[in-house]
Amino acid sequence: MIGITSYGAYIPWVRMNRKVISAAMGWFNPAGLPGEKAVANYDEDSVTMAVAAAVDCLHNFERDKIDGLYFASSTSPYMEREDAGIIATALDLRSDLRAADFSNSTKAGTSALVSACDTVKAGSAENLLVCASDCRLGKAGGAQEQVYGDGAASLLIGTSDVVASLEASYSVSYDFIGHWRAAGDEFDRTWEDRFIRDEGYSRIVPEVISGLLRKCGLNIGDISKVVYVCPYARVHAAIGKKLGAEPERIQDNMLASVGDTGVAYPLMMLVAALEEAKPGDRILVASFGNGSDALLFRVTDDIDKARDRRGIKRYLASKQELNSYERYLSFRNMIPLEKGIRGEEIAFTQLSTLWRERKSVLALCGCKCKRCGTPQFPYQRVCVNPDCGAIDEMEYYRFSDKKGRLFSYTGDNLAFSPSPPAIYGIIDFDGGGRYWFDLADCTLDSLKVGTPVEMTFRRKYLDKARGISGYFWKATSRLAE
Amino acid sequence: MSEGIKDKVAIIGMGCTKFGELWDKSAEDLIIEAYKEAIEDAGIEKKDIDAAWFGSCFEEVSVGKGAFPLSVTLKLPFIPVTRVENFCATGSEALRGAAYAVASGAYDICLALGVEKLKDIGYGGLPDFSLLMGTKARLTFPNMTAPGMFAILATKYFAQHDLSPEEGKRVLAQISSKSHHNGTLNPKAHLRREVPVETIMKAPIIAWPLGLYDCCGVSDGAAAAIVTRADMAKSFRPDPVYIKAMQISASSGEEIMYTDYDYAHIESTCRAGRSAYQEAGITEPRRELSMMETHDCFSISELTEYEDLQISPRGRAKEDVDAGFFNLDGQIPDQPDGGLKCFGHPIGASGLRMMYEMYKQLQGKAGPRQIKNPKFGLTHNMGGMPGELVTSVFIVGH
Repeated sequence: MIGITSYGAYIPWVRMNRKVISAAMGWFNPAGLPGEKAVANYDEDSVTMAVAAAVDCLHNFERDKIDGLYFASSTSPYMEREDAGIIATALDLRSDLRAADFSNSTKAGTSALVSACDTVKAGSAENLLVCASDCRLGKAGGAQEQVYGDGAASLLIGTSDVVASLEASYSVSYDFIGHWRAAGDEFDRTWEDRFIRDEGYSRIVPEVISGLLRKCGLNIGDISKVVYVCPYARVHAAIGKKLGAEPERIQDNMLASVGDTGVAYPLMMLVAALEEAKPGDRILVASFGNGSDALLFRVTDDIDKARDRRGIKRYLASKQELNSYERYLSFRNMIPLEKGIRGEEIAFTQLSTLWRERKSVLALCGCKCKRCGTPQFPYQRVCVNPDCGAIDEMEYYRFSDKKGRLFSYTGDNLAFSPSPPAIYGIIDFDGGGRYWFDLADCTLDSLKVGTPVEMTFRRKYLDKARGISGYFWKATSRLAE
Repeated sequence: MSEGIKDKVAIIGMGCTKFGELWDKSAEDLIIEAYKEAIEDAGIEKKDIDAAWFGSCFEEVSVGKGAFPLSVTLKLPFIPVTRVENFCATGSEALRGAAYAVASGAYDICLALGVEKLKDIGYGGLPDFSLLMGTKARLTFPNMTAPGMFAILATKYFAQHDLSPEEGKRVLAQISSKSHHNGTLNPKAHLRREVPVETIMKAPIIAWPLGLYDCCGVSDGAAAAIVTRADMAKSFRPDPVYIKAMQISASSGEEIMYTDYDYAHIESTCRAGRSAYQEAGITEPRRELSMMETHDCFSISELTEYEDLQISPRGRAKEDVDAGFFNLDGQIPDQPDGGLKCFGHPIGASGLRMMYEMYKQLQGKAGPRQIKNPKFGLTHNMGGMPGELVTSVFIVGH
């Protein structure tokens, strides 16, 4: 049996009610949408959100068993530097790993998923992790700005402890150009909505779903949950009706709570469906891009063993309202912020140093002294325990999955931060180890000495002039217990 | 313990510029000014100087690397000149180099000079940390500022000793207000006005819980000392000041990586203090010390120093602050010259500036700030961040 063996998701903490956008830009474009959208914080991008979803997916899974990672996104921070490689390093996966990026279409998430299933089926990998993440930009006052949300999903594909087995897949490919972004473009461009709606979603999604059902000899009535994307709420409902699926068998489109998360969208909806699934359920998921992929899964009895995830549900419930449209624009680098000379200072990233230190910087691995058992970060060759001091008796010790407590902290108004104050402090890890970290996704008022925290992979800095996204881990009190 | 240098070295001349935002003065101008005052005070000439130690911390934004900013500016005639840097303890490090050289017998007369020109950076505070912390640490460390690093000490001190932010900030405000008062009496200080406790409490937050007046000023300045062998000192002047102890302690990394440390005190201050008292033969610092210049980069640092230097019992410095113990008319005045609080902190100069005040006080030349019959004066100068600090404790006397 081949299929999904675990799932995870990530939705950023920050949510913006679309009324905030309308209040700012309604003078220009009065057409607004209901609900709110998920907004990546200033220190998040597609790579960091993918890591967060993967961490959720890999809950209690032995990471050394993973032999492949496929990452899908239309908003990779790099044109050349594999995101899957960054994510794999951050997750501290083995280096004998099959890694690849899937891109250039919003159906890239399902393309990665289909390929992952095929790779496992072919015996080239036993456990292959799929991550899909997107953080697309719409221009100020446009419909995309209202519709797009940010988020990520992750699925582990394997052959043992399968929670949803793959029954079949079916794909169609068309050079249908509803949205496009040329190389170097920052914003999505679109053709007329009516064209995308009527000739795109309304034709291609039913086509791929019908094709898959036909291939399997099933009817829509055999499907417990139909998961498909369409950012036009009414059209989304109409497609279901056209297919003959009752509304309760159509997976909620999250448009009013998260938004259209692009490449991640169908996979996030699939994760939401899995969270509610019962053994025996058939779940069909279909994407939309330049064509579509559809996959049919059958939920197994093991689904109940995979309930302990943050998933869509818990991440959706944990949120912070963003009431400032201008702050949103500055998070996305859409307005030039007066950073001052202090804020403009960015030291060159020594890439050879980063290479040597990749296990510390990207994977948050320190060491544990074999003689006295003291965990320490970063990796030390000489044990920091004053009563030990052993030299070269260390083994690697991963801190990224350890919980901890805030030992002390501050909110710094002098340090430059895109979202002041810069909050940082000292983290004492459960089981030992201590270091100073930035804090993410929190307010100064909510913190106190002793606040429980966990670690989250973030973009520490963005050096636009030299094309470097610098990543490291921060501590967060969000959902930490 | 090793023998130490107690009573082997004397200071026979010192110089200190006015500190401030000196837009019209270069680092070279400040070097010359401090040097001139020092050699005139010692009554020596350039040719008498055998070797020199030069302290400057942020050379990237100021004088540049190496010994030449000192040797070329002063046209020192091909003598040995060493440039030292040890973060905010740089000035003390320069003095230590010169004093040890004399104590070893290698030289008879040495110059120590520290300078920093901070006001050419282009923004407030110290240069951005990300540029200074090294290529490895910058990949991981938060982009901290000095106020933020020390605010972390305050947060933890308050929590440890059960002080509400209001109570804690009030203790700190009394410390800053006291130093501001002393600064009004010192023409060389940068900030020279009284600041009442209530004003300090209400000031804008720089790094929670520290407000504007919890932070020292940022300024330009230089200070210098001439040291000689103790047995030669009286040939230069009747009132030389003798070095009783000169200790320095650098973090082993325990505070930042090992969970035993409580972040409510400074371990390197405790260690350097203990060693210095031992070297000087002081057994009851609270009773024996006459005055101090401690490193008050932030009010919280000064508060912990009272305890770490064994003046106040652990957790009870507040009582001494409330009683005015460290005021100019108190039992052990701290920062009689106004401290970093009023002088600001031109890094390379600060340790020598502290010593300048102890030197003048011991000679009875501190004017309206004069402390009655001081016996022992202590300077405490530290650099880095709570978590990784290097601390010097020097004791001088008759």
